[in-house]
Amino acid sequence: MTEPLLRLDNVAMHFRTKGDGFLARRNQTVQAVDGVDLTLAAGETLGLVGESGCGKSTTARLITRLLEPTAGRILVEGDDIAHLDERRLRPYRKEIQLIFQDPYSSLNPRHTVGAIVGTALRTHNLVEKGGELRRVQELLELVGLNPEHYKRYPHEFSGGQRQRIGIARALAARPKIIVADEPVSALDVSIQAQVMNLLESLRSELGIAFVFIAHDLGVVRHFCDRIAVMYLGRVVEEGPRDGLYDAPQHPYTQALLSAVPDVGVVRGVPPRQRIRLAGDPPSPIDPPSGCRFRTRCWKAQDICATQDPALIERAPAQQVACHFAAPPAASLVAEAV
Amino acid sequence: MTSQTANQPRQAPVATPYLEVSDLRVTFPTPDGAVTAVRGLNYSLPLGRTLAIVGESGSGKSVSSMAVMGLHDPKSTRISGSIKVGGQEIVGMSPAALRKHRGTGAAMIFQDPQSSLHPYFTIGNQIVESYRAHHAVSKRAARERAAEMLNRVGIPNPRRRLDSYPHEFSGGMRQRAMIAMALVNDPKLLIADEPTTALDVTVQAQILDLIQDLQRDFGSAVVFITHDLGVVAQVADDVLVMYAGNAVEHGTVRQVLGAPLHPYAWGLLESLPAVSGEPAPLHPIPGSPPSLLAVPGGCPFHPRCEFRDRVPGAMCTTVAPDLVARTADPAHTSRCHLPAPDRVFASEILPRLP
Repeated sequence: MTEPLLRLDNVAMHFRTKGDGFLARRNQTVQAVDGVDLTLAAGETLGLVGESGCGKSTTARLITRLLEPTAGRILVEGDDIAHLDERRLRPYRKEIQLIFQDPYSSLNPRHTVGAIVGTALRTHNLVEKGGELRRVQELLELVGLNPEHYKRYPHEFSGGQRQRIGIARALAARPKIIVADEPVSALDVSIQAQVMNLLESLRSELGIAFVFIAHDLGVVRHFCDRIAVMYLGRVVEEGPRDGLYDAPQHPYTQALLSAVPDVGVVRGVPPRQRIRLAGDPPSPIDPPSGCRFRTRCWKAQDICATQDPALIERAPAQQVACHFAAPPAASLVAEAV
Repeated sequence: MTSQTANQPRQAPVATPYLEVSDLRVTFPTPDGAVTAVRGLNYSLPLGRTLAIVGESGSGKSVSSMAVMGLHDPKSTRISGSIKVGGQEIVGMSPAALRKHRGTGAAMIFQDPQSSLHPYFTIGNQIVESYRAHHAVSKRAARERAAEMLNRVGIPNPRRRLDSYPHEFSGGMRQRAMIAMALVNDPKLLIADEPTTALDVTVQAQILDLIQDLQRDFGSAVVFITHDLGVVAQVADDVLVMYAGNAVEHGTVRQVLGAPLHPYAWGLLESLPAVSGEPAPLHPIPGSPPSLLAVPGGCPFHPRCEFRDRVPGAMCTTVAPDLVARTADPAHTSRCHLPAPDRVFASEILPRLP
């Protein structure tokens, strides 16, 4: 079997929390990511979805090695980069770039756009002397900005334009993988669609593989070939887009999809089965034993508290970590208005 | 835990409006010049109905609702026009009368429950305070009422939770506490400004259910400000679409989301990736919303509108359209010059939607 472009093998990230002052509790461990396996093929788009605290952003920071995992391997074309030092990481940094959520705090306000986009070119020696400006202008044009605006500062641009600057910066190093952490969630609806279309055309033209993180299930469905659903630091279900959205098998995936309010119902698109979870996700400091979802799950039995369910293939290429995995009952899916 | 519902729209009742906003203008002086964030807004809302106000940032949806609550600083804001809540005029009301109005006449839930609850006071203290501001009752009775409210919004162990501080609550619980505080004085009008935007989707579903539930029980009028059209489809009876400080379309949820008449509303629908149905390519609105310092003349949407070539003459750039009925349906209004917008929607836009 050939190695995929990117593979996470049983990756974990446990953070130590330190108490301070007289409020100090004993040191605790936050299991932000706990035993995650993921693969990404060249040119593929993998979506990571889940609610706050599920570990999706931590996973993004592990893939880009902004964090060093506490366990597991991160393989880029077969090379383990999990514990490389900064110097030996540098060639891999070029291959994996990150797009951030907030276009305001992720651009240095005191640098011109030309400097922001050009930094990667200089760091990785990607252009001949004197060729930097031309390449920067090419990149700005590629993301739909006026190439003559390279001398401007970030505050002179709108939110959507700033996000395009962030994208141009990520493209500068000609990466094979772009990790996009909530790239459109800070933008207004109409601007969000513009940026999504831009990312889509870049993907098809440049063949870049994406790890696309979002909490908006519509956005993820639109953009991704394959989707992994995370809950409390674990992947609970993973599979091709259509299988996952049309026949989700993990109760959490079903609840998540059912909770999304869909504008289509006004035009008569049949609503999904209605599932309401009680409460909030538990704390990753002290996750439930066995299956982590069992405290909010309506299917939970005794076995769920004692045995941690493994990710098992339940449908073609669709893996589910649940003792009682099953597609939603047909009668409920068909329940149309 | 599992139940099924169908979206059943309620018919528009012929009732006297509880909230009536007419020709509302809100202007703030800024170093760059006066910004008119709301420019002649009109709408009304009877008791028992939910109006969703949708629009992008800077469309004036929050500013107009803060004016309804009387929350703008009179020293730095110029407000003209009229806002009547239960027959009482809010514009120009004295600060003392406004204090009475807030809480009993109208109450507001904010987006971020973290920053709108006081971190130094217990949840119980904060609810008791707002109850006693309007009712001459003992602390004990007010505490009783606070516990009752926490119980009503679905907080377990309400009596014990009264003594918790906001940081001890999760995001969803904090929003429930905010709702309890807003409803403790039985307001007839509830304004919810993006109440679920900061919440996770499974928690959002709980809070939306709760707000709808409470509205049925209390029979109040609800103004729901949001940018999420999915949320609108779930909670609203009526929808008001705002652009550059004014309403561009108004009607029932079925009219505005099912068969919209304004090109801006079409653009919003075509910008939304769907969670079900056949995936369709996104067709975003070009450009970005105008600066309120320099709102385009004529129709403020014309620089971004793909249909302005179909309007004879230079109407779109010179004549500001009125908010009027554009089809046989008099209750569905839109601010646009385009002829036969219903046919354009049915033949060109609808087939492109997922």
